[in-house]
Amino acid sequence: MAGSESYPDDLRYHPEHDWARVDGDEAVMGITWYAQDSLGELVLFDGPEVGATLTKDEAYAEVESVKAVSDVIAPLSGEVLEVNQKAVDEPETVNEDPYGEGWLVRIRISAPGEVEALLDAGAYRAHIAEL
Amino acid sequence: MSATLRRTPLYDRHVAAGARLVPFAGWEMPVQYEGVIPEHLAVRSDAGAFDVSHMGQLHVEGPATAEFLQSMLSNDIGRIGDGGAQYTLLTNEGGGIVDDLIVYRMAHGHYLLVVNAGNREAAYRWLKDREPRGTEVRDASDEYALIAVQGPRSLGRLGLGEAPAFTHAMGDVDGIEVMVCRTGYTGETGVELLCPADDGAALWDAVLERGAVPCGLGARDTLRLEVCYPLHGNDITQDTDPISAGLGWTCALDTDFTGADVLRHVKEDGPARRLVAFVMEEKAIPRQGMPIEGGGEVTSGTQSPSLDVGIGMGYVPAGQAAPETELVIDVRGRPRRARVVQKPIYRKES
Repeated sequence: MAGSESYPDDLRYHPEHDWARVDGDEAVMGITWYAQDSLGELVLFDGPEVGATLTKDEAYAEVESVKAVSDVIAPLSGEVLEVNQKAVDEPETVNEDPYGEGWLVRIRISAPGEVEALLDAGAYRAHIAEL
Repeated sequence: MSATLRRTPLYDRHVAAGARLVPFAGWEMPVQYEGVIPEHLAVRSDAGAFDVSHMGQLHVEGPATAEFLQSMLSNDIGRIGDGGAQYTLLTNEGGGIVDDLIVYRMAHGHYLLVVNAGNREAAYRWLKDREPRGTEVRDASDEYALIAVQGPRSLGRLGLGEAPAFTHAMGDVDGIEVMVCRTGYTGETGVELLCPADDGAALWDAVLERGAVPCGLGARDTLRLEVCYPLHGNDITQDTDPISAGLGWTCALDTDFTGADVLRHVKEDGPARRLVAFVMEEKAIPRQGMPIEGGGEVTSGTQSPSLDVGIGMGYVPAGQAAPETELVIDVRGRPRRARVVQKPIYRKES
């Protein structure tokens, strides 16, 4: 089952409910607690191929619950270095630990300036409070 | 908007339990409590409880009621006696399905029809407009709460004795008088408990106290799809006929119900398309409305919690309907392979 609601301070957020953990010129990305809670138990993660080029604000993957399908939006542009096989094999991991074991992809950032445009945890919390 | 959505007598219970509520057929209904998958699995292994008070109850009474309903409903109503129940279809002149429902014989000249929430007005109006003199159709839906308790341990948990499927009798659960109907929509042993609306909340509390897991409409849909029970509005509609839908067994074609002549022709000629069940061969979840290569279309689809694979039903040309036929489903522009299987998709291990 999903853990309790949280939005860690060390992450940057996209208003479409995606997060990025930036480390030098790489970033790990996933969906937020809010996103997995809205969808319900995930049963399928259809991710990109390693080497694919992601564009900020565009869909790069799909996640599906029993009832619904949702695009996953890229918070940053870049090249896919790794896809989390655990999220592919056991999509419920994304519900259980959306910021840890339930990460989706690791990328090499192609436009570092985009990072500054993302929301911090406080701004993202304010954003979802208005939804 | 929410102000116009109707609420069942159990609404406050759902809110208090933290259920996720969604609009469904004009009602504000719980889609899940803990989660679709655990609720689904509870029904397959133990017992789950569903608020289905949104469904409609129509009483039809009068000395000639049996003859009237025989002319309106597809199945042979003469085959059930007092205490009996039957799955049947309300059909239109073209042989299309106005609603699928269960008819309960209460007494000579008195039947109770339990109809889909979304078709309550349509079914009532259809019958009311055609009732003969001396027969009265009455919409009593607001007078009742209806709670389905389903699963292999449902009867035991409720302290109810075994009874054959498709029967009903008066009984009681912890002092609350209920009509116990041995019917359901999950493919499991179970009952549907009908009681006065004012007793609904107490009955719900009693059922949960006895260990049934509260379940929402999400699990109800995955459970029924695994066993290939059609959903009106998805798999069967006013524009689809029962022969093509594989519901020929509900049609007494030797009687003269509305549209029977059309259906006799469909059966003689063989339907042009058929409602089939299929299982995905690739990792993908079919959804209603997705095209099937060759001219077909998905009418219901989900990820099966019991089998952990994408499953669905859909209409395909008759030549593609045989079990083991490979289908290709257009999943948002990507072709994904599926295989036609015998119904039901899920069979209980014995």
